[in-house]
Amino acid sequence: MSTNEFYSLKVNGVDHHVSDAWIGESLLYVLRERLGLPGSKGACEQGECGSCTVFIDGAAVCSCLVMAASAVESEIATVEGLNADGTLTDVQEAFVTEGAVQCGFCTPGLVMAVHHLLDENDSPSELEVKEALSGNICRCTGYGRIFAAVDKVVAVRKGALS
Amino acid sequence: MPVLIAHTISEATEILAENPDATILNGGTDLMVEVNFNHRHPSSVLLLRNVPQLREWSIDSSQQTITIGAGVPYAAMETGAIAAAVPALAQAARTVGSPQIRAAGTMGGNLGTCSPAGDTLPVLSALEATIHLSSQDGERIVPFGEFMVGPKKNSRLQHEIITAVTLPITGRRQGYSKVGVRNAMVISVASACFAVVDDTPRLAMGSVGPTILRAVKAEKFLTEATTNLNIISDEIAREFGQIASTEARPIDDHRSTAQYRAHAIKVLASRLAVRGTAS
Amino acid sequence: MSSVKTKRDVLGTSSLRPDGGAKVKGDFAFTSDLHAENMLWGATLRSPHPHARIISIDTTAAWKIAGVECVVTADDVPGQLTYGLISSDQPVFAKDVVRYMGEPIAAVAADHPETCRRALAAITVVYEVLPVLFDPELAIGDDFEPIHPEGNLIRQQRIVHGDTSVVGDVIVEGHYVIGMQDQAFLGTESALALPDADGQGVEVFVATQWLHEDQKQMAACLNLPTERVRLVLGGVGGAFGAREDISLQVHTALLALRTSRPVKMQYGREESFFGHVHRHPATVWMRHHATNEGKIVKIEARFVFDGGAYASTSAAVLINGVTHTQGPYKCPVAVVDGYAVRTNNPPCGAMRGFGVVQACFAHEGQMDKLAAAVGTDPVSIRLMNAMETGDLLITGQPVESVAPVARLIRETNEIPLPPDLAMDANELELPGGSGITAERKHIKRGIGWGVSIKNIMYSEGFDDYSTARCTLSDGKVVLKFATSEVGQGFVTLAPQIARSVLGVTDAVCDTIDTQIGSAGSTSASRQTWMSGGAVDGACRLVRERLFEVVGAQHNIEPIRFAIEDDEIVDTAGTFRMSVIEASQGITISETFEHHHRPTEELDENGQGNCHVAFAFVAHRAVVDVDPELGLVKVVQIATAQDVGQVLNPLSVLGQIEGGIAQGLGLAVMEEIIVQEGRVRNPSFTDYLLPTALDAPVVVARMIEEYEQQAPLGAKGVGEPPCISVTPAIVAAIRDAIGKDIDRCPVRPQDICL
Ligand SMILES: Cc1cc2nc3c(=O)[nH]c(=O)nc-3n(C[C@H](O)[C@H](O)[C@H](O)COP(=O)(O)OP(=O)(O)OC[C@H]3O[C@@H](n4cnc5c(N)ncnc54)[C@H](O)[C@@H]3O)c2cc1C
Ligand code: FES
Ligand code: FES
Repeated sequence: MSTNEFYSLKVNGVDHHVSDAWIGESLLYVLRERLGLPGSKGACEQGECGSCTVFIDGAAVCSCLVMAASAVESEIATVEGLNADGTLTDVQEAFVTEGAVQCGFCTPGLVMAVHHLLDENDSPSELEVKEALSGNICRCTGYGRIFAAVDKVVAVRKGALS
Repeated sequence: MPVLIAHTISEATEILAENPDATILNGGTDLMVEVNFNHRHPSSVLLLRNVPQLREWSIDSSQQTITIGAGVPYAAMETGAIAAAVPALAQAARTVGSPQIRAAGTMGGNLGTCSPAGDTLPVLSALEATIHLSSQDGERIVPFGEFMVGPKKNSRLQHEIITAVTLPITGRRQGYSKVGVRNAMVISVASACFAVVDDTPRLAMGSVGPTILRAVKAEKFLTEATTNLNIISDEIAREFGQIASTEARPIDDHRSTAQYRAHAIKVLASRLAVRGTAS
Repeated sequence: MSSVKTKRDVLGTSSLRPDGGAKVKGDFAFTSDLHAENMLWGATLRSPHPHARIISIDTTAAWKIAGVECVVTADDVPGQLTYGLISSDQPVFAKDVVRYMGEPIAAVAADHPETCRRALAAITVVYEVLPVLFDPELAIGDDFEPIHPEGNLIRQQRIVHGDTSVVGDVIVEGHYVIGMQDQAFLGTESALALPDADGQGVEVFVATQWLHEDQKQMAACLNLPTERVRLVLGGVGGAFGAREDISLQVHTALLALRTSRPVKMQYGREESFFGHVHRHPATVWMRHHATNEGKIVKIEARFVFDGGAYASTSAAVLINGVTHTQGPYKCPVAVVDGYAVRTNNPPCGAMRGFGVVQACFAHEGQMDKLAAAVGTDPVSIRLMNAMETGDLLITGQPVESVAPVARLIRETNEIPLPPDLAMDANELELPGGSGITAERKHIKRGIGWGVSIKNIMYSEGFDDYSTARCTLSDGKVVLKFATSEVGQGFVTLAPQIARSVLGVTDAVCDTIDTQIGSAGSTSASRQTWMSGGAVDGACRLVRERLFEVVGAQHNIEPIRFAIEDDEIVDTAGTFRMSVIEASQGITISETFEHHHRPTEELDENGQGNCHVAFAFVAHRAVVDVDPELGLVKVVQIATAQDVGQVLNPLSVLGQIEGGIAQGLGLAVMEEIIVQEGRVRNPSFTDYLLPTALDAPVVVARMIEEYEQQAPLGAKGVGEPPCISVTPAIVAAIRDAIGKDIDRCPVRPQDICL
């Protein structure tokens, strides 16, 4: 049994210490306001928009619905962890080149969701893509260019395009 | 104000015995919404997510049952062995929220919240599942019908945790349908689970009453109207739906109207009655 | 001949967003991501009642909470007590009376959002609940006590045009209802205010559509000189009209000035639903008179727009509605009455489509009724009546814009229909989706049409200009403007313009703030035209100066120069020099203000040249419907849009697809439900936005016919995509089920009960 009035979180492989936090703080809040990792966005704080998507032990979940202090034993990965070497991932690159970004508020969450999808399924069907992204609301694009970005990554990864 | 993290069921019940006020947390997809919106202020929290036993499931082939841990996320029910054993549960699981919600949310949480719109609950009702509860005093097994006692009310005692759910593997027709106004990520406006168990038809209805309702009159009608539950005429199916809709007790709210909900039950029930039959 | 050059992203190319890299990495700073040393959090206390007298407000207990630094109410507003875009009728804080649920009453600043929440809970307000004016019809006339000193009628406009005694051979009539839509941008309202050291000014980072208008209204309320209220555009997470009005700007600045500390305010989603204006719900009655063949001879109409508690842009929305009664069709005679009224419902104002969405839903419903009445089809009736350049509107204004209405309809009609739903279609392809509510055999397909006309830019005599500065130095261009980038892509377009005009490669945008003249609002599909015109003008002035410099150096008449690719060339000789070389060591900076041609106000009969220009679009929707359950899946939207010139194909496509999704939302799922003044669904759980599984296939054609009036030949493309797609989808539903539906969004019960 462990308790944690002061706790530490492992985010993108790095331990971060949190103190004097209120128990109810969500992981989204702690990442953004306490750990200086504002890449994950919040547009609803009730799991409906997906802007806050992070990976917890490999599962893509809404960080607004994770009690931060409950994630002490987990590996947390955020959008900030995708570019340790400074270059864009293929998914990020495709989002830019295919026009999947407008205001960009949904983008970090969608980039995480697409990475997760393609890690699990390297050649998703059109319907599989739509179902996998159905938890990420984008208000600007109507999704067309987002699907195009996913298609592009799939094609490039298969070597069909360079 | 700690989060207490259990790693075994016995550790969990022990923590709960010592901290009777602790709020149980599993996937957090219900609880954290309430916390974020200031509706709940937990002073201490018991985390079950890290209890491996709660994330297991097992099949008892002699009894033809499956027991699913309360911490198994929906994502794990959508396909694979659980889906093969209880297809209606897989169908219900797939309609819950979004992939992110299904990666975190659990049946334990659905039962803990016990909303009439909870998507697994009609399945548990139709299949007459039993709920396993554990405490320092031992284990208690409660039929679903006695577990859910009202809207967001259940018969779990404060010091008990929900550990698992046992469902029959019927090998017969079963299915779940849910109406929502969007093609994904939507709370049910009306839902229904139809199943053939022990050669009798069962129909449970969600979002149309204070609890999950069993359409007992419709079930009785269908039992009497057919000799073979795999051959159901459209006419009988229609009547079945009609009777079921009279057993619904829906209300008007901002998501829909009572009239539409009753109508939707009629349509869902009659379609489910023939779904998967030869006709 | 010039050698092979590296590709430069000039006008006409799909130049990529300069902020794209930052956005995909999560590095882009939205206003909500900003922090300042020693910062406090602000929060707002709101009325739980739609209409009540405030008997007393007691803030004593809130002041005593540890961590609370400030509590402000109406008594603390140093300047003007009200603000508003057209009429200054909305209180900064309600003082004597609250007129809508969610109206601000007080604000607090504290060390943590949780402390703010406790402080708000500690403020005691005693109310005397008043009768709620929630029926817009009761707001017309004297049936209900005025709920505001300015009365319950915000504006009334009549249009009388032509020989009104005309009667058609065929008459069709309809009553249409349009629900209240929310802009639902993803990045909720947020601002960070930094007080000046002397306490006499403030710098505010804010997500807004119009920095200078905010600045003006804020300065008045804060009683500060305009130049002491400096606004900087914080990253904006979408806008769609909802950021044109003041929301938290004055509150945040006031708290910062009071505490002498930086203050950040940010709305959560629920508060956002109460914190900004919505699309006007409306009822529209129309009666079309036509010849036996179906040619429109007269239209009669009545519009009622529910403006909610405060005026916002209701007056302008009304004018847009009534002046677009005829749609993109010829109409010689009209009698139209329009009302924008005040009620105790949530305030409504700008949203993409601005009044025209409501008009279009009605006139397109009418066109289908007319087609049925004269025994023709939706395409023929529209082609028969299609407007052309030179036609007169019912306001007497000639349409001088390119008006390729018939072409849009034909080109849309040429787009192949989607294949039939397969007999073994996946459940996700059926209405109801993963809910598995239907089988293939339950589904019926329908096809529907919608065509629209939309005014672009501001109307009714408003001098709606934009300012830009171009600075060229060492081959690099820096562009400065106050144009709000809300996601639409002006920061992509502006450098494209500079590259085209000046032959440079390296062109960047400076900080967007109030340190230059106004750019006007990012609304009314106007920034490509207006700010595009300003950037183009500034770049041209710089080019002239550069030609003078080079001409003097090389003894060539500047008039002989032209830019060819990245070089200055002597069109009458052999001289060439790269722009980079020519601009080495010098700095040329020019500012340009672009004004569109003047417009007029309408007279009492609604006559006058009130609009600047128009854009057109056609939509054809294909939907699958489960008639028994009332569920819908939009399969395909085919569209041809009049764009003038395509300046960035990828950006235009993004606007088309995004607008269609919003129009789809209004057609089948999006509605703020208000009962007796109370909002029932202020959350993303119950206010449903289209998801990836709701998005149809979009097949789009961009119709290019150069618009002479427009500085770059390009019309605005932001609003048209979302206007006629809604009636097209609803028409397709009608077609599938063979039943009349006159409201949007269409609810399951409207289809099956
Ligand atoms: C965006 C969104 C969409 C949703 N859509 C749906 C939907 O379509 N259908 C649907 O049915 N639900 C939906 N939900 C609700 C929720 O996801 C489900 O109810 C889920 O099953 C909750 O599981 P959880 O593990 O996350 O529960 P938690 O939030 O962890 O807990 C929920 C409640 O149960 C109690 N509890 C949890 N586990 C136990 C246990 N083992 N023993 C005793 N008590 C326990 C908790 O104390 C709490 O009161 C949605 C939620 C969100 C945020
Ligand atoms: S903020 Fe977490 S899902 Fe919207
Ligand atoms: S780009 Fe704005 S919400 Fe997706």
